[in-house]
Amino acid sequence: MTKTVLAVDDSPSIRCMVAMTLREAGYEVIEAADGKEGLEKALSHHVDAILTDQNMPNLDGLGFIRAFRQHPESKGKPIIFLSTDSADTLKQQAREAGAMGWMVKPFTQPQLLAVIKKVLG
Amino acid sequence: MDDDMMAVFRQEATDLIESLERGLLDLSDQPGDRDLINAVFRDLHTIKGSGAMFGFADMAAFVHAFESAFDLLRSGQAAVTPDIIRLALEARDEIIGFLSEQADPDGRRAAILAALEAAVGATGNAVGTAPLPEAAPTGQAHRLWFRLTGNALALGARPDLLLAELRELGATDIRADLSEVPALDALDPEVCMIGWSMDFPNGITRDAIDNVFLFNDVDLRLEAPQAAVDRVPVAASDPVPVAEPVSAPARKPSEEGPQADKGGATMRVAAERLDHLMDRVGELVIADARLLQLAQQSRDPALMAAAEEISRLAAGLRDTTMRIRMVPVRSMIGRFRRLIHGLSETIGKPVSFIVRGEETELDKTVIEQLADPIVHMLRNSVDHGLESPADRAAAGKPAEGRIMLEAEYSGAEVVIRISDDGRGLNRDRIRAKAIANGLIGADTILTESAMNALILEPGFSTAESITEISGRGVGMDVVKKTIEGLRGSIEVQSVEGRGTTFTLRLPLTLAIIEGLLVEVAGERFSIPLAAVQEIVELPADRIEEDGSSDFLDVRDRLVPLVRLRRMFSSPGAPGEFQTVVIVRAGETRAGAVVDRIIGTNQIVIKQMSRLHSGVRAFSGATILGDGTVALILDVPHLAGVGQGVEDRRGVAA
Repeated sequence: MTKTVLAVDDSPSIRCMVAMTLREAGYEVIEAADGKEGLEKALSHHVDAILTDQNMPNLDGLGFIRAFRQHPESKGKPIIFLSTDSADTLKQQAREAGAMGWMVKPFTQPQLLAVIKKVLG
Repeated sequence: MDDDMMAVFRQEATDLIESLERGLLDLSDQPGDRDLINAVFRDLHTIKGSGAMFGFADMAAFVHAFESAFDLLRSGQAAVTPDIIRLALEARDEIIGFLSEQADPDGRRAAILAALEAAVGATGNAVGTAPLPEAAPTGQAHRLWFRLTGNALALGARPDLLLAELRELGATDIRADLSEVPALDALDPEVCMIGWSMDFPNGITRDAIDNVFLFNDVDLRLEAPQAAVDRVPVAASDPVPVAEPVSAPARKPSEEGPQADKGGATMRVAAERLDHLMDRVGELVIADARLLQLAQQSRDPALMAAAEEISRLAAGLRDTTMRIRMVPVRSMIGRFRRLIHGLSETIGKPVSFIVRGEETELDKTVIEQLADPIVHMLRNSVDHGLESPADRAAAGKPAEGRIMLEAEYSGAEVVIRISDDGRGLNRDRIRAKAIANGLIGADTILTESAMNALILEPGFSTAESITEISGRGVGMDVVKKTIEGLRGSIEVQSVEGRGTTFTLRLPLTLAIIEGLLVEVAGERFSIPLAAVQEIVELPADRIEEDGSSDFLDVRDRLVPLVRLRRMFSSPGAPGEFQTVVIVRAGETRAGAVVDRIIGTNQIVIKQMSRLHSGVRAFSGATILGDGTVALILDVPHLAGVGQGVEDRRGVAA
């Protein structure tokens, strides 16, 4: 069955890059432009994994992850946290909020696919 | 990374840079606004992130330092000052340079950053690209045991995938370790109590194992062949960023192309494609008019029904297409703010620039062509309109001048007002100048609005000193020409000592409009319907002209008549029933006398050829349903002719 990935990022170009890369690899991709929209889509669609940026208007990545993890639907759904910042404190916060893994921007298309394959198979 | 993505990135970067500029300028007005600081920070952050993804590493490093400076503002360690805003705007300009791959031979960029850092009091330069991943220790091992800990399953860990990865690395003899699994009633289904053990006959590196468990909280033991216990819990808090692809992507790219974007509520389209679409819709509207006419001639009810259906669809398509092309006035405001900010500093007049109705939308073409004239008017307002701070103080006005730009809808038009609270127009000087230039005779009597309108004539400038800012008196006539070219109008109101207001009226759209089709001496002409105020019968006793003051009394208000038959020197006498179409351009009205009204139609405006472009009476031509051409009457010109009638009356009186 096709796996669906929710890509949450306020940058259209990064969303586009993520979406095209994953679609070419056979995943379904849902896009959201900020954490608030991400939360709505994560709760109203079936998603198998989530990629989220940190710095976004309305609701940031950490806030989105925390809010999503309050819902039982979030159980077992891997969230990958994207950040331009490789500081350990942010990773720690992401992990505590409920992210499974993270990627540091910039990343390449093969890196992205490797990470998604790792969490979705 | 293909061209499409690059185009998306460039468009996004352009938008972000604009948004950044707007944010900085707003911030200069409200330096304490935390939301604005956050917005600027976020723009910078996004530019940096996507720039790095799309190969602009130098730019990302530059923006990173820029962003670091704003981080200090964000965290409240420094306050926004005019100096910071100025430097930030300069830095913003450099980002454009990076995107167009301009070199920086003079080291300007580094200088701006250094100055910016100094201005916010930053210590140390944080320029740097993403750090390289740390290398993990390597070693040989043969036997592995692991168990997922914590809430790994709830976070989405999949033991089956981990085992598959380990199997790919050469794991054999994988066994489940059920020793910790409690009785069923004590089992927490969200906690993984099963452990696994396996052999790696060919050895395995510590790196590879760490990569497998990159994202997982795990207890693991890696035992060397000598059976030395090497228990290394991988701390959840200290994972390693993804360095290299763990393995090549296993899935074959699917045959189908990228699917439609199900998530995005908006999409970006190149403006050129919209223009093509508009052209096609224009052709469709013409073809539709022809079809409708043929259907009516055939008197075939089925064909007429089908033609009407198509007509309805075409009208809907036209409206939708035009809506797509609407752009808010906001899109050009950033440029104006920047201009006024700069001017105000250059010539030392403090100015507050107030914008109202930013959300008012106009056709893209109108917005594009409007920006330059407005820039010119704003320059004039700052340079000529506003007095120096000393003069303002003497006049009892606040030192800070006020320039306001307001946009609002008014019927099928958008009205844009640009006003200042400066000294106003000096009518005596305008008059003297106009007489000197030979624009009017020494004894000409002009109404106030006609006098004000003189400043829109070529070669007119009353500024005592010609300054670098506003040029040499060429300009307002160009502004007027551009606005009229957009089928709009411009008016000047002024109160001496209180300020000047320019009022621009612009059509919502340029490409397709509703027209009123009229007949004059057997020829058909179209009048833009938006300009038509009312249509009245010409009384029988007024069919013939009676002298110089040719007016019609419409509900106690006089409207000057413009007899089109006479204007076009048509042969023959006017018929028994003449009709007056009263049109309005700006504040002036005129009644065009025509033989008869044919009806309304949609007109797709075609520009006149260069040969005919000097003909003032017509603004363009359109193709009618039967394939013939009708000329479009130029309403501002008609009103102008009417105004001439009125002025003669004023002089005569």
